[in-house]
Amino acid sequence: MTQNPKSKTQNPKSIRVLGAGPAGLYFALLAKKADPSCAITVIERNPADVTYGWGVVFSDRTLASFQRADYKTYERITENFVIWDAIDVRYRGETVRCGGHVIASISRKLLLNILQERCAELGVNMVFGREIHDLAELDGSYDLLVAADGINSLARRQYEGEFKPRTEMGRARYIWLGGDKVLDAFTFIFHETEHGLFQVHAYPYSGTSSTFIVECAQDTWQRAGLDRATEEESLAFCQRLLNDDLHGAYLLSNNSRWISFTTLKTKHWHTTIQNLKSKIQNIVLLGDAAHTAHFSIGSGTKLAMEDAIALANALEQHPDIRKALDEYELERKPVVETFQRAAHESQIYFETLKRYLVLDPVPFAFQLLTRSGRITYDDLHFRDARFGDMVDRWMHGRGEAGVAPPPMFAPLQLGTTCLRNRVVMSPIPGGDRAGTPGDGYIARLVECAEGGAGLMLAGTCAVSPEGRVTPADVGMYSELQGRAWSEAVEKVHASQGARIGVRLGHAGRRGSTRPRSEGLDRPLKEGNWPLISASPSPYTPTGQVPREMDRADMDRVRDDFVMSARIAHEASFDLLQLDFAHGYLLASFLSPLTNRREDEYGGSPENRARYPLEVLGAVRSVWVDRPLSVVVTATDYVKGGLEVEDAIELARMLKAGGCDLVQVHAGQTTPEAEPPYARGFLTPLADRIRNEAGVPTLVGGYLTTSNEANTVLAAGKADLCLMEI
Amino acid sequence: MRVGVGLPTTLPGADGKLVIEWARMADEGPFSSLGVLDRLTYDSYDPFTPLAAAAAVTSRVLLATTIVVGPLYNTPILAKMAASIDALSGGRFVLGLAVGARQEDYEAAEVDYRTRGRRLAEQLAVLRTLWEEARGPSSGRPGGPPVLVGGTSDVVYSRMARYTDGYVHGGGPPRAFARAADKARSAWSDAGRPGKPQIWGQGYFALGGDEVREQGMAYLRDYYAFTGPFAEKIAAGLLTTPQAIAGFLRGYEEAGCDEMVLFPASPDIAQLEQLAAVLTTLRVTA
Repeated sequence: MTQNPKSKTQNPKSIRVLGAGPAGLYFALLAKKADPSCAITVIERNPADVTYGWGVVFSDRTLASFQRADYKTYERITENFVIWDAIDVRYRGETVRCGGHVIASISRKLLLNILQERCAELGVNMVFGREIHDLAELDGSYDLLVAADGINSLARRQYEGEFKPRTEMGRARYIWLGGDKVLDAFTFIFHETEHGLFQVHAYPYSGTSSTFIVECAQDTWQRAGLDRATEEESLAFCQRLLNDDLHGAYLLSNNSRWISFTTLKTKHWHTTIQNLKSKIQNIVLLGDAAHTAHFSIGSGTKLAMEDAIALANALEQHPDIRKALDEYELERKPVVETFQRAAHESQIYFETLKRYLVLDPVPFAFQLLTRSGRITYDDLHFRDARFGDMVDRWMHGRGEAGVAPPPMFAPLQLGTTCLRNRVVMSPIPGGDRAGTPGDGYIARLVECAEGGAGLMLAGTCAVSPEGRVTPADVGMYSELQGRAWSEAVEKVHASQGARIGVRLGHAGRRGSTRPRSEGLDRPLKEGNWPLISASPSPYTPTGQVPREMDRADMDRVRDDFVMSARIAHEASFDLLQLDFAHGYLLASFLSPLTNRREDEYGGSPENRARYPLEVLGAVRSVWVDRPLSVVVTATDYVKGGLEVEDAIELARMLKAGGCDLVQVHAGQTTPEAEPPYARGFLTPLADRIRNEAGVPTLVGGYLTTSNEANTVLAAGKADLCLMEI
Repeated sequence: MRVGVGLPTTLPGADGKLVIEWARMADEGPFSSLGVLDRLTYDSYDPFTPLAAAAAVTSRVLLATTIVVGPLYNTPILAKMAASIDALSGGRFVLGLAVGARQEDYEAAEVDYRTRGRRLAEQLAVLRTLWEEARGPSSGRPGGPPVLVGGTSDVVYSRMARYTDGYVHGGGPPRAFARAADKARSAWSDAGRPGKPQIWGQGYFALGGDEVREQGMAYLRDYYAFTGPFAEKIAAGLLTTPQAIAGFLRGYEEAGCDEMVLFPASPDIAQLEQLAAVLTTLRVTA
């Protein structure tokens, strides 16, 4: 910490700290160390030796910050903590171990002893066993009140209007237990019972004990009768549940109850108020009083102690208290918010993890370890080469030993067709006036195939001239086009066994527009052709109003798709894909935003899917011997539109209708959609469709690196990755 | 990556002579563009007039708004001004648009702040049509100048991919830029647009020792006072040494920035000369 002599005289002279948990004590000792002339009093409602909870976990990064902040505390913590480098995932009776992680843990009680001792050494005044019910009870004058009094913080509740807290309850139930079993790894345990899935997060925290957090869904908890169970009954239940994992050891309860995780966010972390005597008071929130983050991503104690460091630093550096509090909030709030976002995702993950129970232990463990999105295939391979090799072997269906190429190079059997690897490429097509693929475009396809991609995806090809998006779109509706495609397919096949598929589509109400180089959905200056759609509303406010399709239109378009499929078959394409996405014709039937029909093709999800499924069925009847794929909109990203649950249901119908592979798109149903664009933004959607509908998925969404593809594939989130060119 | 320089049009005390001389010298220097910012309720110039003046004394550099607060302007007049500068500069204008973040500017312009996003979307949707309908001197480019969009919300990226030619990032460390650039490219690819979006970045510099640094930081604290304590972070990001500039440029280049515009934080022509010297050195050593 840098010393600023100028600031010394104006620093707070008197600080009260509410709560003698790790945050309050650590702040007190750091602040006292920085300015021994400052009077610091910590007030705690419990006696000094009473504590709840078992062990707390710190990462190596947190320990490094402790080292910088106060070496003596750091030394005593590291003398007492247990450290380990492995994470075990126990699932379906197998244990998959991944090493190379650095995690440390210490008993909460021991941590508090160390902090109390250090506070006493430095001259912090600690008052135990004093409960405060109103801040007015605090006597004497002080310059700063640090509220480190936990999730039910009195100070925060008393000035709720200033701090603006928001809380959200998790959907799962969990109980925090100890056990006299020494684990040698951070251990995730999954048990499927007749009541439902139970998952356990367990880790050692001393030479004799471990923490066990047992978690399950609300309905599982009720089915197991745990909502009515006493503390002893809950303990006995968990003891039975973990019988095989404990090897004769016993679980322990310490006032343990089944609770839901409460996530707390606070808009402001400090405030300045006038008390009854018109005295100005600064109040600042620390740790759980300001924020909580789900236990699955790390301990709240870690965040709280980092808060303490930041606050003590800010007070040391800024002469003005309010400026220091601003600085503290500015430094910590973004960090905590990022952590909370990750924790929220982790919480949702554990609450919805059931879908991964279809995966084998190796991909199950891999997806668990990479759940945050911050740890990738390359990271795990680097941390534990043995684990990485095991993942590679699993992807290649190889046994116990040896090495295999990375996941993206594993072949994939799709129906009767075998793809040599998991990489799909799809250069943007360019055609000529006749809708035949241009030489430049064919050269690009061949180039990508020669680069090693397993599957080239050509198109989108219009199934008729009316079905084009722009006049220069490639098509699959004339003999000339068929011959040109046939040549393209032959060239791709000539390159080391690459396969080539083609997407067929009809633009619907997004047709008759200028080339995309001029922007999206801009009608042609002249020569517009009439459009059709499920319902007669334009794609953009100034766009052409399409005609609502009648039954004759449906017959014609269905027959166009069938005819195009025949031409594609004749041209020897290996895979056919139908476009049900991005607001084009067949998509316009599927979404309630664009389908306002009152006949049997509108209304319920089944009705809206009726015509697209009819097209799929008709195409399947002429595309019998090769894989058939459909590209779907996994969510509309518009209120009232399709959501991923609808897409999962649709994927089930598609699978029943003979679809072998679902490609996942999202948005563009209407131009109002606000997709959360980022690297891999489609991956979570592909994951849900694949693992909940049980259908192989192809996913893009701006994947540009082999590491991204390997991470997606090994985690069982998709079967094929569309890589950017 | 190309590197341009900002005109000192939002620096209090920058007189007309300085702005015009700045433009002339930048055109002779190692810069690829001149950028301007937009702020209504501040001691500053409007964004268009200085670029029109710059057009008269330059022949090479791009003239770019990074950004204009679109919704503050009547759309056909905005289109007309943009087309006029494009014509005056012989097709060197780049129109960067965003909603901005200062409510007081909206109040001063008597424009509704709440609906600013929708208004910008409407503007983006019609600009090209206005230019095609020859709402400007016909000597400008037929479809109008390139359009870029700035901003940070999700919807910005879909609008960018739908209507425009690229994205202008608002400033910050290279890592923040890299994330935004990924979002822009992700949106572009999802829209099926050919090629890549142009992606522009910007930063602030003040070269020449403690006094200039303090002056520059004080300016940034004042200019960004509306962001509250965040202004301090912006001030802390000020590039004050050749090494800092080199590191910053390298970070942006690695993240795929096409054009970086470095804005001065001190209204002194010596700033431009020093930046030119730094860039020349970097090119030589590169």
